[in-house]
Amino acid sequence: MVPSVVESGVSSSSPESGRPTAISVRGLHKRYGSLEAVRGIDFEVAGGEIFGFLGPNGAGKSTTIKILCTLAQPTEGVALVAGYDVVKARELVRRNIGLVFQDTTLDTYLTAEQNLRFHAELYAVPKQLVEPRLRQVLEMVGLWERRTSLVSTYSGGMQRRLEIARGLLHAPKVLFLDEPTVGLDPQTRSSIWEYIMELKEREDITIFLTTHYMDEAENCNRIAIIDHGQIQAIDSPEALKASVGKDRVQIATTDDEAAIGALSAQFELDAGMHDGLVTFSVASGEEFVPRLFADLGVGIRSVSVARPSLDDVFMSYTGRTIRDTEATSGDSMRALRQRFRGR
Amino acid sequence: MQASIATPDEATAIRVAVPAGGLSQDLRAVSIVWRRELIRFWRDKLRMVTSLIQPVLFLFVLGTGLSTLAKHGMPPGVNLRTFLYPGVLAMSALFTALFSAGSIVWDREFGFLREMLVAPVSRGSIVFGKCLGGTTVATLQGLIILLLAGFAGVPYRPTLILALIGELLLLSFTLTAFGVMMAARIQQFQAFMAVTQMLVMPLFFLSGALYPLGGLPTWLTVLTRIDPLTYIVGPMRSVVFNSLNMTQAARHFLSPGVTWDGWLVPVGLSLAIVAVMGAVMALIGVLEFRKSD
Repeated sequence: MVPSVVESGVSSSSPESGRPTAISVRGLHKRYGSLEAVRGIDFEVAGGEIFGFLGPNGAGKSTTIKILCTLAQPTEGVALVAGYDVVKARELVRRNIGLVFQDTTLDTYLTAEQNLRFHAELYAVPKQLVEPRLRQVLEMVGLWERRTSLVSTYSGGMQRRLEIARGLLHAPKVLFLDEPTVGLDPQTRSSIWEYIMELKEREDITIFLTTHYMDEAENCNRIAIIDHGQIQAIDSPEALKASVGKDRVQIATTDDEAAIGALSAQFELDAGMHDGLVTFSVASGEEFVPRLFADLGVGIRSVSVARPSLDDVFMSYTGRTIRDTEATSGDSMRALRQRFRGR
Repeated sequence: MQASIATPDEATAIRVAVPAGGLSQDLRAVSIVWRRELIRFWRDKLRMVTSLIQPVLFLFVLGTGLSTLAKHGMPPGVNLRTFLYPGVLAMSALFTALFSAGSIVWDREFGFLREMLVAPVSRGSIVFGKCLGGTTVATLQGLIILLLAGFAGVPYRPTLILALIGELLLLSFTLTAFGVMMAARIQQFQAFMAVTQMLVMPLFFLSGALYPLGGLPTWLTVLTRIDPLTYIVGPMRSVVFNSLNMTQAARHFLSPGVTWDGWLVPVGLSLAIVAVMGAVMALIGVLEFRKSD
């Protein structure tokens, strides 16, 4: 049944984790007519990682995730998911992935339990495992008590949790979350993330997600910043922030004027007043603080050192902030549809 | 560390190894798509009732109202309601089958279709499950009209009822397959409803559901013979009229059967035409869904 050209289950393994590579992408291109949505991207995701694609709308995130989920064909390049080629072994890829889309794909006229049973049958979960697994995933997202309610009575956040539970039902090796918290209020967003983190603890799973929220990207083990169909940077959030270099230091002094003068004279730093504090940027701020105390010559009452945020990172790699590029209309349309659908 | 906090059954994730393909898996997919259709039909009691209104209007209001007009044309002892009954039976299945197929378009608009299309099962099993679902609910809807047979002067004879159920199943399957084929292409539910409304009334009016097929002007004769519904309404009417007591002449006048240029199309061939059309349209539906993602 399976064509012989298919790359078999386990391919290379990443050196750090010793686990098989979950996703491997080489030279991926996708053209729609004259529009080049993805322009040659390469990356690998290790087994067990939470890997995020961070970028504005229209950057190529959705196209890439579609290709990885076998919903679109690449124009050029190769992508392996769970060891299987997304073009040559479509069925095997589908069997091994879970999907949570941006827009809900639940049948709101069925109960939560009926939605999950539908999924279990389509993915041929062994009959004797359907019951225990159903209970497990529903308890994981805190919806076990509400399993016999119609999905149309669920709030947006509950629907998203149910979709995550459903995506996990057949125990996929890789879970794809396309903008998992878009259109949800901040509180619901953070609770969704608690479920995702808990899931990571409990299940042996790799999570690939796309987002345009900075705080969401912070939760990933590694992120790829994608813009104009290309990966601009790829690393852990910490390393990416470190790559920007300078930390932001703010000090309260006994004499701000003198402090600014001294910073310029002693350390050649350009300081200014921000929020009533003397503020300046410097590489490795924490190591700089002892020297500051020793050599400033002005009394210091308090010090704070702040790492650059992912916003700074995004800015430094793409030359703009993600908010500049964000099409807020997409979000509001989605919220409108959610409301229309009934909560 | 985590195991020490969690209770034993929480700590061990249940290992689910999803098996690789095969017939039993496709059958499970067909079965669940079919069951979903039944659950949704059962839950939507309002739809069940509203789908009854039109057939009941045709049968009892039109059938009774026009009977004074039709009295002179009808053989003695035969009621216009009896004549209309097979056509109305077909009509009751018509709307339910198309509406059921139309739920594909609804599912597409509301996202659920994606859940089905990304699953590791063949498109064929999804389309087949959908066709079976539509067939079942449309036949169930027809059964309600079948219960009213006595009011239209049609006897509750087991062989007759069984034959009518068989014909209802065939009709419902072909209609659902037709709807599925259309639904594969149409993106919006309103558009689907508009297109089906546009097609349903001509199909119904040309099927001979409301008048005998003999002695029509040539243009109308040709049009009725092109209408696929004719080939199921004809056999439904002949099975009803064969179980009624009347003269051979009266039977031939009211239920002349489908003829091609004077040649009487056998019931078997007539039903085969409907079955083949249903199968071909279902196949086109599968091919269309294979193309789309």
